[in-house]
Amino acid sequence: MKNIDFEKALEKLEEIVAKLEKGDSSLDTSLKQYEEGIGLVRECREKLGKAKSKIEELIKNDDGSFRKEPFSEK
Amino acid sequence: MNDTRIYTVTDVTRDIRVILEETFSDVWVEGEITNLTVSSAGHMYFSLKDKNSLLNCVMFRSDGARNVFNPEDGMAVLCSGRISVYDKRGQYQLYAQKIEPKGRGSLSLAFEQLKEKLRKEGLFDDARKKTLPFLPRHVGIVTSSSGAAIRDILKVARRRNPNIEISISSVRVQGSEAKDEIARAIGGFNEYNEWTRVIRGEYEPVDVIIVTRGGGSLEDLWPFNEEIVARAISASSVPVVSAVGHEIDYTISDFAADFRAPTPSAAAEEVFPSVRDLLLRLKQSEERLFLAAKNKIRSLEKSVHALETSYVLRAPINVLLRMEQEIDDLNKRAETCLTHLLKIKEGKLAAVSGKLDALSPLSVLDRGYSITFTGGKVARNAKDFQKGDLARTKFADGIVESKVERIERLKNLAGG
Repeated sequence: MKNIDFEKALEKLEEIVAKLEKGDSSLDTSLKQYEEGIGLVRECREKLGKAKSKIEELIKNDDGSFRKEPFSEK
Repeated sequence: MNDTRIYTVTDVTRDIRVILEETFSDVWVEGEITNLTVSSAGHMYFSLKDKNSLLNCVMFRSDGARNVFNPEDGMAVLCSGRISVYDKRGQYQLYAQKIEPKGRGSLSLAFEQLKEKLRKEGLFDDARKKTLPFLPRHVGIVTSSSGAAIRDILKVARRRNPNIEISISSVRVQGSEAKDEIARAIGGFNEYNEWTRVIRGEYEPVDVIIVTRGGGSLEDLWPFNEEIVARAISASSVPVVSAVGHEIDYTISDFAADFRAPTPSAAAEEVFPSVRDLLLRLKQSEERLFLAAKNKIRSLEKSVHALETSYVLRAPINVLLRMEQEIDDLNKRAETCLTHLLKIKEGKLAAVSGKLDALSPLSVLDRGYSITFTGGKVARNAKDFQKGDLARTKFADGIVESKVERIERLKNLAGG
């Protein structure tokens, strides 16, 4: 579940919301849907906050490897 | 004939060349291109014609390389160069150094030509377009590190989503070297992704590339109309957003890209999803989840309540009541039975007691017999008595005490 795509998670969440709102599932299924939905909400929130906040310049070395240097706006 | 000068062919040809070259050292000639061929060495041979005349032309490869558009047969052009003689054939021709389309800029013609060429190749087909990531983790930007474009993009990115990693590949965005640098930078991000895959380090591959520069003249924007840039964009396995100049500027890279943004800021709006919007969307989903679950439970509660008050569920109580009644009935019946049984038993008892009565010595007394005791024992024989003994005789209605006066024995009995 760690690397699930944010968009897919959001889509799945909204699908679950729609299903749950229809209200024709059993209580057991509904509660499972609710739990899954809340799990997806939490996961998506984490994803939004988790990414690294970096602005760097990408430079290719002569040997084909890459390095990054802090980017300063000129 | 003595005064007459006789030229050799070479001399006369040289003199003609000198005259021609002096007179037509730098001319512009207008005409329509015809019979165009390109030699294996890359030199271009063609003729310019109008209604009445034809002029042979040659354009050497070094000059031709500066053409931004491709000359074609039938094209009305202006050529500049010198007119000279090709000695070996005794043929004069225009040595063209510049060629421009007539009636329009050569850049705009070049643009149309390249656009048409790449379109025919299918480079701009919608089917080739990759979708942009919904929430990118790492955005690559190909632009000048000192331009307005990067400032605009970073401003929008920080406002909308400061948590996304950004890598800039700094290139020149105008001038003759720009096209190669831009193409190399786009390829570079793709190589970088390969490299991250190989080293498996903490490096995050880029999942979208923005190719951009701010506004400028058509010449300034020109690198983005170059074939090499268009091909680098279309060869990129990472989706590319092109944002060159202002809204009105369309470049070849816009057509080749997976997404065309009218300005650098607009590209950033497209690529960096707003955290605030996403959080709001999540919150709404969360609230709807909660409400839906609550409604579900509430509706189930209602159903349970409805069932509780329904006959089906009241029935067990009725059954209980009925059973209680039955128990009552059974109790009553049991009581009746018992009473009856008791009576029967009582009757039997009375009968048995009657028999017992009949067998009792006491009832013998009723019939007129009596029992005599002596010394606390029942007296059975006359010999149980001595003269003077006290005898107690029990009758049905009482006891008589008497004193033995005389004993008379019956012989036959005494001998038994």
